[in-house]
Amino acid sequence: MTFRLSSDAIRLVIPALSLSLLLAAVFWLQPRAMSYIGLNLLFNLAVPIALATIAQMLVMAVNDLDLSMGAFVSFVACVTATFLRDAPVIGILILAGAVAAYAAIGVVIHLRDLPSIVVTLGMSFVWGGLAVLLLPAPGGRAPDWVRWLMTVKPPLAPMAIVASIIIAVIAHFIVKRSSLGVLIRGVGGNQRSVERAGWSIVAARATAYALAGLFAVLAGIALVGLTTSADANIALRYTLLSIAGVILGGGEFIGGRVSPIGAVIGALTLTLAGSFLSFLRISPDWQIGAQGAILIIVLALRLMLNRLEKREKRR
Amino acid sequence: MNALVLQFGKPWIWSWLAAFVVWFLTIMVTGGAGTLGLSQAALTFAAFSVIVGIGQMFVITLGPGNIDLSVPATMTLAGTVALKLMNVENGMILPGLLLAVLIGLGVGLCNYTLIKALRIPPIIATLSMSFIVQSAAIWTNRGLRIKPPSVLAEFTTTNTLGVPNVAIIAFLISILAWILLEKTIYGRWISAIGQSMPAARMAGIPVDGTRFVTYLFCAVLASISGYLLACFSGGAALNMGAEYLLMSIAVVVIGGTAVAGGDSNVPGIWGASLFMFLVVSMLNTYGLGAGIRLIMTGLIIISVIMLAGGRRGMR
Repeated sequence: MTFRLSSDAIRLVIPALSLSLLLAAVFWLQPRAMSYIGLNLLFNLAVPIALATIAQMLVMAVNDLDLSMGAFVSFVACVTATFLRDAPVIGILILAGAVAAYAAIGVVIHLRDLPSIVVTLGMSFVWGGLAVLLLPAPGGRAPDWVRWLMTVKPPLAPMAIVASIIIAVIAHFIVKRSSLGVLIRGVGGNQRSVERAGWSIVAARATAYALAGLFAVLAGIALVGLTTSADANIALRYTLLSIAGVILGGGEFIGGRVSPIGAVIGALTLTLAGSFLSFLRISPDWQIGAQGAILIIVLALRLMLNRLEKREKRR
Repeated sequence: MNALVLQFGKPWIWSWLAAFVVWFLTIMVTGGAGTLGLSQAALTFAAFSVIVGIGQMFVITLGPGNIDLSVPATMTLAGTVALKLMNVENGMILPGLLLAVLIGLGVGLCNYTLIKALRIPPIIATLSMSFIVQSAAIWTNRGLRIKPPSVLAEFTTTNTLGVPNVAIIAFLISILAWILLEKTIYGRWISAIGQSMPAARMAGIPVDGTRFVTYLFCAVLASISGYLLACFSGGAALNMGAEYLLMSIAVVVIGGTAVAGGDSNVPGIWGASLFMFLVVSMLNTYGLGAGIRLIMTGLIIISVIMLAGGRRGMR
């Protein structure tokens, strides 16, 4: 048990280290960021990205990949800015239906043994189309309670940090501490042995997808709380950002090896990378490219650490 | 008759059937008018997806997790830089093409270096690379829209014997790909690697070399497609590759190539590319709005994969 814990802890070292390095660099470049307001501004947009990353992580835990994440979060944002404000009951019903649809996708993928990449690719068109139907032009308004929730100023630490910690802790308990989480990761690790042990794989996959849908819904709501209005293309970047966040946080594509705390840290790192680059006054032309470079550097660090870990084990 | 029944066992037949049904439904509405125009447009637009799709298919054949996300960025960079070099001069057509191919080789080389040297999963490696390539494209483009040389512009937009020239080029590339895949040892190698990398390695197949060449091939095809697309559309645009990210994956899978790797086919790419274009034009003909059109596209993709698929998922 102690060994498992330490192995998990080691997987968290690199994400945590790269986040603190990046944060230190930002503070060094712009000391004024080292304040309550500064931190809030730096990490504000991280909350929806962290939620989307957790959602992607849940899908990756069962060895699937969700390419519809960005379109789905955009769709939820559109629902939040229209129905959830004007007709909360209908809005909640739509969002509940969307979560149910996610569970259904999980069931279909399992029963027909379909490649998740293609099914979610198709779903990304469906969500995108629904979003365009709801909001053909950017618009809508965030419900007041959502706006309040995202702009509330808790004592000691800014909302963005508090929310990230809460998200990480809740996801940690679901994925790492509950029997459901063990089951989901088990499906990713060795589906057949979980099946032989008498568990229902369909149910496990459906639950993983439903939970992913739930977190993605929260991501969409949080995003509208920050932007105050929505657009059908508002979150398309989230598909790739969420995958990159999971990997940065020490997760793997296969084998059910995922880390919720790492995923949240990965999302924070990606958000911070953007701010870091603008503080460096890099020409806007190269901003995306530098983000790619940061991704590569962090992964190179991880490789080095993995090698060290292996060497330790051999001793 | 028996031969006909045998054909139904082939995975690519479904994409052709689907394409034909959609084509038929469209000309039913127009009452036969514009049949030739529709077919020529379908062939033209399918050609670009075919060229990109073939490269993506070779990469996907390498096995689970192998996918090239840098395709859109490579297309954009190749198109932009080549047009800039040619600078509307007809004499520079060949150097421009050469430069595009060189860019493809460069991107492919970087992609595989990241995958091999840093052991980054191909999805993340090509994603990070695409950020850098996209930045390079933004940097070189600077919002300029340079027209293609007149000979090249005319060549890409006209027909020979009623068949669009770009479709002929795509057809020649497909034949080359088919020969590579079915008749050469290299084709056998990538299938073997896709079925089981350890087994391929044991059998003495040069796994690293083969994967390297495959990533090069994919990037080069993407850059050729970008070169042609930029000339066809009268200049390079920064977002011109964007839709080919999902498109290249969709045509490969709908075409009947196993997402789990090790089993691919060239004819299916053509069927799927024609199908993807025809679906959109059919829904346009029916006068449906953008939202409904997207939803229908998604549902059709999912139905096709449910009908054709279920052999081996990406697990």
